[in-house]
Amino acid sequence: MSPSPGPLDLALGAGFVLVNAGLSAALGLGLSRTVLVAACRLVAQLTLVGLVLRTVFGLGAPGPVIAVVAVMALAAAYEIGARQERPLRGAWRYLLGGAVTAGATVIAVAVGLAALRPQPWWDPHALIPLAGIVLGSVMSGVAIGLNGFTGGVRRERAAIEARLALGATRDEALAPLIRSAIRAGLIPVLNQMAAAGLITLPGMMTGQILAGQDPQGAAAAQILILFLLAGASGLGVTGAVFLAARRLTDARHRLRLERLG
Amino acid sequence: MLRIESLRRDRFGPFDLALAPGEVCAVTGPSGSGKSVFLRMIADLDPSEGRVSLDEIDRDAVPAPLWRRRVTYLAAEPGWWAETVAEHFSADAPASLARERAALRLPEDVFGWPVARLSTGERQRLALLRALAGGPKVLLLDEPTASLDPVSVRGAEAVIQERRAAGLIVLLVSHDPAQVARLATGRLAVAGGRAA
Repeated sequence: MSPSPGPLDLALGAGFVLVNAGLSAALGLGLSRTVLVAACRLVAQLTLVGLVLRTVFGLGAPGPVIAVVAVMALAAAYEIGARQERPLRGAWRYLLGGAVTAGATVIAVAVGLAALRPQPWWDPHALIPLAGIVLGSVMSGVAIGLNGFTGGVRRERAAIEARLALGATRDEALAPLIRSAIRAGLIPVLNQMAAAGLITLPGMMTGQILAGQDPQGAAAAQILILFLLAGASGLGVTGAVFLAARRLTDARHRLRLERLG
Repeated sequence: MLRIESLRRDRFGPFDLALAPGEVCAVTGPSGSGKSVFLRMIADLDPSEGRVSLDEIDRDAVPAPLWRRRVTYLAAEPGWWAETVAEHFSADAPASLARERAALRLPEDVFGWPVARLSTGERQRLALLRALAGGPKVLLLDEPTASLDPVSVRGAEAVIQERRAAGLIVLLVSHDPAQVARLATGRLAVAGGRAA
């Protein structure tokens, strides 16, 4: 088993990020600040998470484990809302994506726990990484799907209203946009499945192999995870886009763009 | 009979109007005075208060899509949702609408054209044809001939007149006094969001 990287090793990696920031400055991309802030956030977040998880693992009770997962879900809800170019107005901005993501994650994690059968079921070594990886994947799918849908509704407003004016139902008028938004939201996870192993070694599998585990076992675990991600993303993205379609119309089949920021 | 009673939303209205079959009401007034909002409220495309009924059937008693098939709004800049013209019409439209298509000076093969190739005027005439295709009882026309050449304007007016003679009720937003004089049987002036 290879040792975990020390401060000097991390400094080497940090230099690599500085190269990225320098490139951005040289090319005038205006991203240097963002890159540096993101890198600092990453260091702070992961260090803190490492500390918190060590504590939670040591407590040996289900409550703190569930609390950690709940905080992760809240963060995912915030990220989805923050990434919307034209978010839904009011609490819907965070509520809609967050609730759907949480729901899809609970289902996927339940399936994952049924397959992995950890003892006890809330064993943080299984539950926390499982919930984390599913949340992350559903989150990015839902964020892309919602963003694509609201952007599309804005862009296609005249076309949607033309159909409504001619007597189409809201489902008929929005169907093409709903379909293309769901498709866009599912592309990341589909790419991930198709590219896994050939083009990329998935993060979890990389971690397990680096940590000295048998590649065959790591592959089996990764296959299970990718299935969970695909299923959860499908549920999450579809649910979120359909709910957004409901929110942007009303019972009299009117387009309610004023509900968009 | 189309009956509109104290129809309003925030700063628009109240509007009251009653139109019998075959009547054409010109809705006139400066830009931004609320003419389009008025038409959109009648079609139930914008939320509104007040009553609208057609042949004694209240708007709220009918599912909105069905109401809009009877009371059809045609926007000043109508939208298109598919690539070819034909996809915006039912399969029997080229045959059943042949006479009105010709009157609108649109060629027979227009249904096969891609929407992207249409000129503004062609779009406007096709949108009128598309609105007529559903056989509405009330047509809410928002500047339907604004970007047409004089010959096409006459064609569009002839088509509207013919439907009107068959009992169609029309509300027509127009900035052309001559057109109003040619088509309208009544007139509603709008200023500052209300009937002037």
